[in-house]
This record gives sequence, structure tokens and C-alpha cells, in this order.
Amino acid sequence: MDLTLLMYLIPSLIMFCCGVYGFITRKNMIAILISLELMLNAVDINFVVFNRFLFPGEMEGMFFSLFAIAIAAAETALVIAIIINVFRMAKNIDIRELTKMKF
Amino acid sequence: MDYSQFLSMPQEIGLVAVFLLVFLYDTFMSKKVQNALPVFTCVVFGLFTIANVFFCEESCSIFGGMFENTQATVAIKAILNIGMLIVLIQSVKWANSEYMTVRRGEFYELLLITLFGMYFMISARHFLMFVIGLETASLPLAALIAFEKNRYESHEAAAKYMFTAIFSSAIFMMGLSFVYALSGSLYFSDIAAMIFGESSTLLIVALAFVIAGVGFKLSLVPFHLWTADVYQGAPTPVTGYLSVISKGAAAFGFMVILVQVFGSVYTVAWKWMMYALIVLTIILGNLFAIRQRNMKRFLAFSSVSQAGYIMLGVVAANEMGLASLMYYVLVYVLSNLAAFGVIGAIENKTGKVMMSDYDGLRSTNPWLSFAMMLAMFSLAGIPPFAGFFSKFFIFAGALSTGDVALYVLVLIALLNTIISLYYYLLVVKAMFINKPGENGAIETFKSACSERLAMIVCVLGIMLVGIVSCIYTYLVDAAETSSALFNIF
Repeated sequence: MDLTLLMYLIPSLIMFCCGVYGFITRKNMIAILISLELMLNAVDINFVVFNRFLFPGEMEGMFFSLFAIAIAAAETALVIAIIINVFRMAKNIDIRELTKMKF
Repeated sequence: MDYSQFLSMPQEIGLVAVFLLVFLYDTFMSKKVQNALPVFTCVVFGLFTIANVFFCEESCSIFGGMFENTQATVAIKAILNIGMLIVLIQSVKWANSEYMTVRRGEFYELLLITLFGMYFMISARHFLMFVIGLETASLPLAALIAFEKNRYESHEAAAKYMFTAIFSSAIFMMGLSFVYALSGSLYFSDIAAMIFGESSTLLIVALAFVIAGVGFKLSLVPFHLWTADVYQGAPTPVTGYLSVISKGAAAFGFMVILVQVFGSVYTVAWKWMMYALIVLTIILGNLFAIRQRNMKRFLAFSSVSQAGYIMLGVVAANEMGLASLMYYVLVYVLSNLAAFGVIGAIENKTGKVMMSDYDGLRSTNPWLSFAMMLAMFSLAGIPPFAGFFSKFFIFAGALSTGDVALYVLVLIALLNTIISLYYYLLVVKAMFINKPGENGAIETFKSACSERLAMIVCVLGIMLVGIVSCIYTYLVDAAETSSALFNIF
């Protein structure tokens, strides 16, 4: 059986939507970070698949996803550091507790 | 590869040189002279800002068209440099506080790197370059927001900023993947050529994703929820930086993307999307600003509504729109940084940031209240201060297309200027009319010489920029050199 473009795009879309859903509903900051990673990885899959199926002669999409992976890694490192700092100050990483400033 | 291409990007090279000098000074100079690091940074960066005048002004496109310098990009970078210089001067006092001693160098290095990222956002003509610039600008900013290690709010703000920043960049890149699927390229000009005359659903979805992604950075209204918290939690110099410099750079990059890449769907799609965003941004920003009592939150919502005005230049989508966008950013840099200078000076001295603390400030600190009053007048757009002229030009730019819908938009924006006048004058009223509260007004104090210098620069700018008309003429000429952006219209 040949894999078609759609067979890659649907999982990537599901990943993206799961990421958005998790970002909105999750309470733990680590879980929110994982949801964000899902979204970023869905983007990478999209780029690679479009490159492979629609424009096989070029490499632009592949390169973009390489850079996007590096950027996502940098973001994760920074967010983890910030989460650790928040935990030190508040002894908690529940997003519902970050309510010192609102409205 | 032709390495002489690097010589066509003098501003970036200059900034990297400044960064390296600061870095070497921070690393290798002895303990005794470390205290001079803030002043050293200000001087070096000041020289660099002045040197901007001499940089080449002919347009050039390098790295296979990925990176472009025109007179317009040189001008907007020079404007950002002026803002950066003011922020650096303002932060000298704060950076010299005992608590900052060990981490002073990092503060300046991170600030310079974010500016470097913004340069790339402005000059990028390829989406990969743009995304890297965007992230180079926003990641160090999160570290800067979390800079006050012992203050809980700082970390809360950083967490909120970072989560929304990643979420928005994920959405933005999702939009880019759709654009890539449609055109097979990430060069702005190639994409524009490939999607010319097309208005498929996928293109509209991609456009919506891109607008949402950059809208987060600009804090346009449905995407503005992080703004107030982050502005309140961040250290005051960083708040000032965040509110003017990163907003100015994002606005310019946004205009380039919308006009050059998506120019062909202007009337079909993005004119109306931006229309709705601008109306929402201006109205909701104003309404929320009225009820704020913390000065930093108040300025956050005022900057949300100012972003709406800046977007009027984008929706005009012509040279005049671009010129008035740059002019608006210049004036906004000066007036907002004047306000943040006063807030920072008072916060450094007394730790007070509430509007009620400002009651009766005139009787104790007349000069500070004078600077704050000018800043508020300029933000509200009262003639003869610069804010009036920037609003005038941005409205004129939006009207220059002759589109009836835009006339209505300008009318809405104009009515909202009156609402904004109310809350800007609340601050002036607190300072000049209200009686001091039971704790008495903030006692008379002498602000640090660096803070005074920054305030003088801002106040002079507010009073003169509007009157010295050659600035606007220069920006119009600069915008004409980027007319290649508007080929599609």
C-alpha cells in the first residue's frame, strides 16, 4: 500500500489540535510544555511531508524543520529553567496558582 | 560564497561589535572597573547609534535575496537604536544597584542580542530568516523578564510570556507550512509570485494563522491577554524595552509580510481581518486601561491600544502608510519611554507603582510630574507635542487610499482618541489636582543623573520631533525606496 500525503497530514493535524487542547486545559506547567512541543512537532511533520510529496526536488522544507527543531529545543530549555524558578518561589507548578497578577 | 556580502549589513556588524566589546569588558576587566560597565555600554552604543548616520543608504539584497537593506530598514533600525539607547541610559541606576552586581553583564548582553534578532526580523525576506530573528528576539526577552530573581512576580510574568510566545510561534509556523505547501518556497518574493491571483481556502487559513502568530507579539486584541501581567511583573527597564522596541520591530516585520507576501489577497481577506483587529484592539485596549490603578498595567493597556493605531499604517498598505508607521514608532518610543523613565525613577527610589501614590506629586517633584505630563499629552495626541503629529500622519496614511471603509475606521480611531484622553488625563489629574493621600505625597528626591539625562532626551524629543518636519520628509523618502514591497497593489 502506498502512503499518500493525507496519511501524514491527518496525524499531524491531530497532534496540533491535541497540543492546542492540552495548552488550554492542562493545569501542570510541564504538561503545558509537552502540549506546546506537540504543536511544534506537528509543524515539523507538515514541513517535511509537504517537501517530500509536493516539492521533491528541493530541500527548503527539510531545512526549515531542522531549524524549527533547534528552536524548539532552545525554548524547552528556557521554559524548564523558568518553571524551576517558579517552583522555587511558589513551591508549586500548578498554573492555577499563578494568580498574583490578574485583571 | 561571496564573503563581501557581509559588508552590506553594516548595522548588524556594528551591533555585534558592540556586543563583543561589552562581553569582553564584562569578562576580562578587573573588579574595580566593573561598576563602569553600564556607562561603558551606553557610550559604546551611543557611538554606534551616531554612526548609523553614515551607513550606506543604497538598497541591496544579499544572501540570494534572503536579507534586504533599504533606506527604510536603515531608518527603522536607527529609530530602534535611539529607543535602545534611552533604555540603556535609564537602566544605569538600576543596573548599579547592589543586588544586580554579579549579573549586570548578562543584562546588557541579552538586551543587545534581542535587538540583533529584531534587526533580522526587519530585514528578512525569507521566512526561515524571519522565524530565527523572531525567536532570537523573544527567547532572551523571557530571560530578561525573569531577571529579578528574588521577586516572585518576575518569574510569574516570565512563565506567562514564554508560554504565550511559544504558542504563538507554533501557530505562526503552522501558517508558514501551509504557505509552503501552496508555493513551494519560503522567499517572500517567490511566494508572492506563486500565489498571485489565487484566493484558495488554504491561503486564507494560512493568512489567519500568520496574523494570529504575529498578533501575539504585537498584543493585538484577541491575543493581548499576556500583556498586562508581563508588563507588571517584568523589571521596569525591561518593560519599557518590551513595550516600544519589540513592538516597533514586530510592526515593521508584520507590514512587510502582509504587504509583500499576502499583497494579492489584500482586498479579499486581510484588509478586513486587520480592520476587525484594529477596531477591537483600540476599543478594548482603551476600556481596560480606564480601570487600571497600577501604572505599569495602565501603560500596558495603553500600549495595546497604541498598537491598534500603529496597525492603521499597515492597513493602508502604501508608501505613506509605511512612512507614518515608522514615524509613529519613533514618537511612541520617545513618549512611552518618558513615561517609563518617570515610573522607573519613582520605583527605584520608593518602590511605589500605584496611580494613587502619584497624588500631589507636583508639589514635591515638579520636574518629574512635568515630564510625565508631557508624556501623557503626547500619548493622547494633544498638539503641539509629537504624539499629535504621529496620529495625524497615521490617519492621513490610512485615508490616502481613498477607501470608504478606511474612512469609517479612522473615524472609530478618532473617537477612541477622546476616550484615551480621559485616562491619560487621570494621571495628570492625580499629579496636579488631587490632594496627597494620608501617607502624604512621595517625598522630594533627586533622581540619578542618568535617569535625568534619559528624561531630558525624551522630553526634548516629544517637543521637537513633531515640529522638525524634515524627520517626516526623510521617512517618506525612505519609504519610497521600499516601493518594491508594494508592487502588487
